[in-house]
Amino acid sequence: MSPMTAQVVTLKIDGQDVSAHENDSILTAAREHGVFIPTLCNLDGLTTLGACRLCLVEMAGSPKLLPACTTKVSEGMEVVTSSERIAKYRRMVIELLFAEGNHICAVCVSNGHCELQSMAQTVGMTHVSVPYLYPKRTVDASHERFTVDHNRCILCMRCVRVCDEIEGAHTWDVMGRGTAAKVITDMNQPWGTSDTCTSCGKCVHVCPTGSLFEKTASVSEMLKRRHFLPYLTMMREEVE
Amino acid sequence: MNPEELRKIAITQKESNAQYKHQICVCTAAGCVSSGADKVKDALNAGVKKLGLESTVQVKGVGCMGPCSAGPLVRVKVRVESEGEILYKEVTPENATEILASLDTGKKIDKLEYNTDVPFFTRQKKVVLENAGYVDPDSFVDYIGHDGYEAMIKAYTEMAPQDVIEEVIKSGLRGRGGGGYPTGLKWSTVAKARGTRKFVICNADEGDPGAFMDRAVAESDPYRLLEGMAIAAYAIGADTGYIYLRAEYPLAVKRLRAAIRQAERHQTLGNGICGTTFNFRVEIRLGAGAFVCGEETALIASIEGNRGQPRPRPPYPAASGLWGFPTLINNVETLANIPYIVREGGDAYGSIGTEKSKGTKVFALAGKVENTGLIEVPMGTLLKEIIFDIGGGIPDGGKFKAVQTGGPSGGCIPDQFLDMPVDYESLAKAGSIMGSGGMIVMDDTSSMVDIAKFFMEFCMTESCGKCVPCRVGTVQMHNLLEKIANNEATEDDLALLQELCDMVKNTSLCGLGQTAPNPVVSTLRYFRDEYESRLVRKGDNGSKPQPEEVKA
Repeated sequence: MSPMTAQVVTLKIDGQDVSAHENDSILTAAREHGVFIPTLCNLDGLTTLGACRLCLVEMAGSPKLLPACTTKVSEGMEVVTSSERIAKYRRMVIELLFAEGNHICAVCVSNGHCELQSMAQTVGMTHVSVPYLYPKRTVDASHERFTVDHNRCILCMRCVRVCDEIEGAHTWDVMGRGTAAKVITDMNQPWGTSDTCTSCGKCVHVCPTGSLFEKTASVSEMLKRRHFLPYLTMMREEVE
Repeated sequence: MNPEELRKIAITQKESNAQYKHQICVCTAAGCVSSGADKVKDALNAGVKKLGLESTVQVKGVGCMGPCSAGPLVRVKVRVESEGEILYKEVTPENATEILASLDTGKKIDKLEYNTDVPFFTRQKKVVLENAGYVDPDSFVDYIGHDGYEAMIKAYTEMAPQDVIEEVIKSGLRGRGGGGYPTGLKWSTVAKARGTRKFVICNADEGDPGAFMDRAVAESDPYRLLEGMAIAAYAIGADTGYIYLRAEYPLAVKRLRAAIRQAERHQTLGNGICGTTFNFRVEIRLGAGAFVCGEETALIASIEGNRGQPRPRPPYPAASGLWGFPTLINNVETLANIPYIVREGGDAYGSIGTEKSKGTKVFALAGKVENTGLIEVPMGTLLKEIIFDIGGGIPDGGKFKAVQTGGPSGGCIPDQFLDMPVDYESLAKAGSIMGSGGMIVMDDTSSMVDIAKFFMEFCMTESCGKCVPCRVGTVQMHNLLEKIANNEATEDDLALLQELCDMVKNTSLCGLGQTAPNPVVSTLRYFRDEYESRLVRKGDNGSKPQPEEVKA
């Protein structure tokens, strides 16, 4: 794993010859060479999940689409990051997400700074072709500084991961199956009563939508600051 | 206990079995127990005691005999002049005296007799289930008396791990959990993988609706499963095994737990198995009712104590599995094949079945078929033989419409494929899969839209919620199917359904999502008219046809 022994491989991304470390993911290699692959659940500094399926890419010799975030590069690999088929699937993923929750941008704290919203523009979503599900979901404002609005949650698990991997508190987790799955604090206790939460606010700032926000924010006011994450990871790696 | 001592037990057990004049076997698998087999056994035991027949008549509980719908089943073996076996069906405790009285005369009780000279019995070939219905699942000694652990002793004392893998490769055995991945190849991959520890996991999280093959094996012959695992562990170099067993099978849990204790006591599990230096321990982990935990990476997460959610592969468990160590995951039926392969040789096993699908396959016949129950047939048996000869056809003069194989990941096969041999390739060509072995037969009263809706509802509620396509896509597909079933959908809805099928299949993270659309796709392929006949035509307000435009 150390840089001393890491091998370099060459591969093709969208016809372009690129080199990458053998432990890199396709996503890392693509970004390094300026190739954009859309992602939602992925966030630099957190472990990869492979859940949002936006970063699916085509690979020569593989009948299946592969997630760029969790697939490692290999010598001679030929990756195609965009095609009509992939574009359609990416659009449908976003449409399914919009139909699943209750995303009303006009009244959302994250309007204008929302990753889901901007991803919809990126993938060219003009309308939602599947029926809206209008689920009945709850809001927990019991914490003195933060609120979780489950209506806007897309289950990317960034809050769960940052709390466990970076803060080390593991306040967040998931309960339930399918569309009934939801993020919870402690054993599904109100956030404000959590014994484990350190009120660090990392979860709020990694949340891609307006699901987690600071109570001081009104419509469009919730700006998320994530620069701490790569910085923390870098510092920790240096210490190690 | 060394091999010699085990052989001694085997001989003693065979002798003690032979000293009884008559043997009465009562099925004590879940199917028969639920229709009262325990009471029948108690009544037989009481009758034997009352008549003082303890030294001549043996009453024993055995595993599944097959025709579950005719339970409780009792098999009587009499030795009057010549030896003979009689199978009795739907036996009640009141029949006990009658059965005991009939023993010495050798006369059959006609009203209870289940004729075994029918295709249901004669067409079957038992490998996995060779002991089921004969061996007492609660008795270690009885398993030994039925040549149990012979294969394990042979592997441990006469074969190198590589030889065992060679035999499995030669046998052509493919994974019976559904995927059909060559077992020998999987074993050799794990054997070659580098790791300070290795694990064997038995996937007994059988969850397909209508499937009960693995339950029958675990309930009827638990020691065979342990033997298969111990051989696998030896071949790949694992020291610990886990049986991931669903908690909904309480009888299997009880029997496997008892079997592990007994096997440890007799040193066929644990440290220094059979006097060798090989150690192998087995633990049971109970599933909490999540279908997705049958997916190998979710199963591993669950054993580790995490939420049972799959992760993307590669890395495959063979390289990085349980706690990051190389892990072999095989299904119950796959492992139950192993003792036969080692004992009889890979070539003997490979001579059964077709060229690409070797050996036998256990199927759980359910639905609109005369003989529901458990069957084991050679691969390549024709579909019509299974349904009409062995299964006895459709009851009440009904007409065959389709058979659903492979559970929620599989598809519906219509009547034009009745002449098809049942093997991995043919089923895939027909748009279904072998799956774990559930076969649900449907007659012409079944609506294909309803079937698709049923399976979609299953996938929707069993989706773990991790990836978007499966979590939300299955809900959308289910809603559309409901709309079609309620005669409220339009052509656009059907088109959207198809689009979602394609998307969910190609973008989902694990097998559950990737195969969830299969029941819809296969029913649309063969029964599209059933979908279309329920659509509301454009310009049609649901009830009345619109009058043609009148020219002024």
